[in-house]
Amino acid sequence: MKLPRFLHNWITRHAQVALNSLGRLYRTPSSSLMTAAVIAIALALPSSLYLLTGNLQRLSTQWDGNTNLSLFLHRSVSPQQADALQKKLAQMPEIDSLQLITPEQALAEFRALSGFGEALDVLDENPLPAVIAVKPDKNHSGADAAAALLDKLRSLPEVDLAQLDLQWVRRFSAIVDIVRRSIWVMAALLGLAVLLIIGNTIRLEIQSRREEIEITKLIGATNGFIRRPFLYSGLWYGLAGAVLAGVLVEIAFLQLYAPVSRLAGLYQSSFGLHTLSFTDSLGLLATGAVLGLLGAWLAVGRHLAAIEPT
Amino acid sequence: MIRFDNVCKRYPGGHDALQGVSFHLHTGAMAFLTGHSGAGKSTLLKLIALLEHPTRGQLFLDGENLSRTPKRRIPYVRRKIGMIFQNYRLLFDRTVFDNVALPLVIAGYRHQDVGRRVRAALDKVGLLDKERALPITLSGGEQQRVGIARAVVNKPPLLLADEPTGNLDPELSRDIMHLFEQFNQVGVSVLIASHDLDLISQLPYAQLRLHQGRLVKSVAGAAT
Repeated sequence: MKLPRFLHNWITRHAQVALNSLGRLYRTPSSSLMTAAVIAIALALPSSLYLLTGNLQRLSTQWDGNTNLSLFLHRSVSPQQADALQKKLAQMPEIDSLQLITPEQALAEFRALSGFGEALDVLDENPLPAVIAVKPDKNHSGADAAAALLDKLRSLPEVDLAQLDLQWVRRFSAIVDIVRRSIWVMAALLGLAVLLIIGNTIRLEIQSRREEIEITKLIGATNGFIRRPFLYSGLWYGLAGAVLAGVLVEIAFLQLYAPVSRLAGLYQSSFGLHTLSFTDSLGLLATGAVLGLLGAWLAVGRHLAAIEPT
Repeated sequence: MIRFDNVCKRYPGGHDALQGVSFHLHTGAMAFLTGHSGAGKSTLLKLIALLEHPTRGQLFLDGENLSRTPKRRIPYVRRKIGMIFQNYRLLFDRTVFDNVALPLVIAGYRHQDVGRRVRAALDKVGLLDKERALPITLSGGEQQRVGIARAVVNKPPLLLADEPTGNLDPELSRDIMHLFEQFNQVGVSVLIASHDLDLISQLPYAQLRLHQGRLVKSVAGAAT
């Protein structure tokens, strides 16, 4: 395949300018690296918080899988009736497994765990009801499906009180959601900071190349031609910052990986930290590139017009 | 090639740099612009290069009315002019080759053409062996030759030179003037601002003499 000549020329010219800009950054490694590092830190902060809350959200959906319904039966329900109910419920397709806890078992457990054993001795009879702990199957573990099942079970005549142990998971999820939203605000502010950093760097570069800009204008350079290398500089700064930010985030999460796995192991959970995915990384790079270009564009627009040859 | 029609230039603050200047430099002609410093030579050249705009009057370059040139066309007008400066205005962080190639790169020439034309231009000014040198390592005369090579590399129809020999000794100045004559002989119009009267008087070209912003004398040749 052969490209039309003008397109070929255009690509060659841009590739040349892009490489030249890159070479210019490469020739001043320490200051370029410094700028890229500042950008990287500004990008790494919201990225890592975003990942962290993403992981927390994943954690809370995992807990959704452990949904449990507790059916407290009327005191008047006899042990035989409770047994019959348990058998009946076991037939329901929504239910994965269930366990009947008789008042006697409940009392024994309470006595053993609560430390109020002696106080219970004062009571004439067992105040505790029989409880059936229901574990819904996978398809009915979600918050909404579980709530529907809860309503269905609540209407059974033997059931006094039906409870879903999901409330706190929902609250946790809501909190994570709020934090996630506030990260966007922070990301916007830090994005603005990146714009300013790149804008300022490009401004300095424009000033140091003032003579060159004047001369090229004198011999017929268009504004586009003069703008181009600075825009590429901005792009490279943004990309370098994004790559460094990615490395910073990966290093930080690598430090957390082992302790989190150990903690998850203690809870018999298979939970593992997720780090930057392929799409996340692409998004980070794109953000860096866009911010870099935009910052350079703003600086160039403001400062290039002011330089006219004399 | 250049036509001035009653052109006035007043700088902010009220200084009249040019007053009622009219002249015509024909295509293919060569002329000198003379006068004391402050007489308006630089202002006149700046008007042609669109670095300044006339307060009154009209000027034409190659048939185009420069008083009406829109801003975005300015670069393309400048590409028709090869400009040469007293202080050379080279880019000192680039090689001689890259300096001379600049107008071609700006105009978007293909890589192969750039190399060929740059070497041709360097050959004409006798610096073919210095293409890899940095300008700072060259003598003043050589630096001005690089400046001239840069001005002619894209074959503009007009050369404008502002005191091109101002920093050079008489012998080098003669060489430089000889170069301009050579370009003129192949059809390039040349306008040189200079106060080196000794040198100019030895050469058979028209003179435009400015005094306090007015054209006081134009001596024979292409100018009227």
